[in-house]
Amino acid sequence: MAGMTPAPKENGTGYSSLVAPLLLPTWAMIGIFLVLPVLLMAVYSFLTKEFRGGVIWDFTLAAYDQFFLNRGLFGDEPPTLEWTYITIFWRSIWQAAVATLICLIVGFPTAWFIATRPPKARAVWLFLVTIPYWVNLLIRTVSLKFLIRENGPLNESLMSIGLITDPLPLVNTNLAVQLGLFYSYLPFMVLPIYAAVERYNFALSEAAADLYASRWVTLREIVLPVVKPGIVAGCILVFVPSLGAFLAPDLLGGAKTFMIGSLIDEQFRGSQGNWPFGAAAAMILMTLVLIVLMIYARAQAKGEAR
Amino acid sequence: MKGVRHYPGFLPMAVGCLVILYAPLVVVMIYSFNGSTSITTWGGFSWRWYADVFTGPEAPRFKAAAWNSLSIALIAATTATAIAVAAAVAMIRGGRFRGKSATFALINLPLMVPEIVVAVACLIFFSTIGLTTGYLTILLAHITFCIPFAYLPIAARLQGIEDTYEQAARDLYATRGQAFRLILLPLMMPGILSGFLLAFIISLDDFIITNFVKGAGMETLPTAIFGSVKQGIKPNIMAISTMMLAVSVFFVTLSYLVNRIGQRTRS
Repeated sequence: MAGMTPAPKENGTGYSSLVAPLLLPTWAMIGIFLVLPVLLMAVYSFLTKEFRGGVIWDFTLAAYDQFFLNRGLFGDEPPTLEWTYITIFWRSIWQAAVATLICLIVGFPTAWFIATRPPKARAVWLFLVTIPYWVNLLIRTVSLKFLIRENGPLNESLMSIGLITDPLPLVNTNLAVQLGLFYSYLPFMVLPIYAAVERYNFALSEAAADLYASRWVTLREIVLPVVKPGIVAGCILVFVPSLGAFLAPDLLGGAKTFMIGSLIDEQFRGSQGNWPFGAAAAMILMTLVLIVLMIYARAQAKGEAR
Repeated sequence: MKGVRHYPGFLPMAVGCLVILYAPLVVVMIYSFNGSTSITTWGGFSWRWYADVFTGPEAPRFKAAAWNSLSIALIAATTATAIAVAAAVAMIRGGRFRGKSATFALINLPLMVPEIVVAVACLIFFSTIGLTTGYLTILLAHITFCIPFAYLPIAARLQGIEDTYEQAARDLYATRGQAFRLILLPLMMPGILSGFLLAFIISLDDFIITNFVKGAGMETLPTAIFGSVKQGIKPNIMAISTMMLAVSVFFVTLSYLVNRIGQRTRS
């Protein structure tokens, strides 16, 4: 708490003269250990790879070239579009989108239900929904894997009640990864929608009902447009971390469900790695996320202007 | 007619949501008390895997990892909370100043950048400046990403405290230091505590960034668990998971209660 000693000449409770020293630790920590590293990562994506991991300080576009272009086995053919990494990115976007959709389908009714409870029950429900978020993500993912694995409790109980005869092969499928992402980030969907529904003026629904609109028409025509900001916020909060997720695809998926997180991780493991390529992939991921966030910010600004 | 708030099917959906959220955790909790060495068959209730965690062949590894996790979480959360208190006072009591919105964006930056990107960037940074990855690098990274988590509850609390109390203290000749220490700090305390607890859990929880900047031979609990799980889910891992789960739930409940007491004292 340096900088809190009073300066004798000043008066008033404002801390305006102390703003710089009070903010210095924040600027220093986030500046040195986040902003600077990200800038350095951008530089690294233009460097030459060293074979034992690390880089040689020679500037080149090789990492991005490897990402986007295929020049044949010996690098002498005319370049064509390289699909390997674009496919991995496309798959990640797809998986994250499906996970977001499942979260929305489950999260909206849940959020609505919680927001329409009496205040005491509401607090309990909210608390129950938030607790899992604070439980270690690794532990949650491992638990899910334990539950849905081939001879795990889910398959055994489904078989014992006769619903299925053979265990469902869930682990190592796209569905398992989507389920894992959905399970990881569901609270992120529920909370912002809850906040929006809580502020919703139910007189609007009553007016619609008076004018003979059915429940579902009211939901579609009145409620959804009003609580849309909450829904969009929830979708962003689920989609963005899902896109770069590592644990769910790594533990629940297999080779066919390889996602961006694992691709980047691989570039920094042992002697097989390629640091500039990993940095380039991370740059592309960050660019994607920034685009999503910017679209969101612009939509929000437009919504407020109205 | 049940009113416009009611939609058929939303109750089962909400209940289903809770079931989905809790089923895996409950199942692992139950199986951590399984007396059998096989994870598929039930061999009666037993504490053996908890004993195994503390005295079994992997015990030294887990103990070292637990010590690293807890000490890093404690130091990182304390430091991040101190930084966040200073930042919150400047942002909310500092009036208008140049760079305020940029600072706000900077504080929230660790929440926006994907974790894997932060991990890669930190690894590259530490390796460029020649800092050997290990305890210190984990700690520095943790302090950084804990700042927004500590900041948000503290700032929210401070926003709700009117500055009339401090002004009264200053009118009665309290120095700014005294007004801060005796008036503002106690009023901010619920926010500070809840910020600290959240930062503590976030640090304890982190896997991806830690895994990148930990260096060889250094383990925290999540990285140690991840290493074990790669060879299959063993019962002792379920026992550790259950214990970590209990710790998380304890801290969240504590944070929740602190916040509620805070709200009561304010009104």
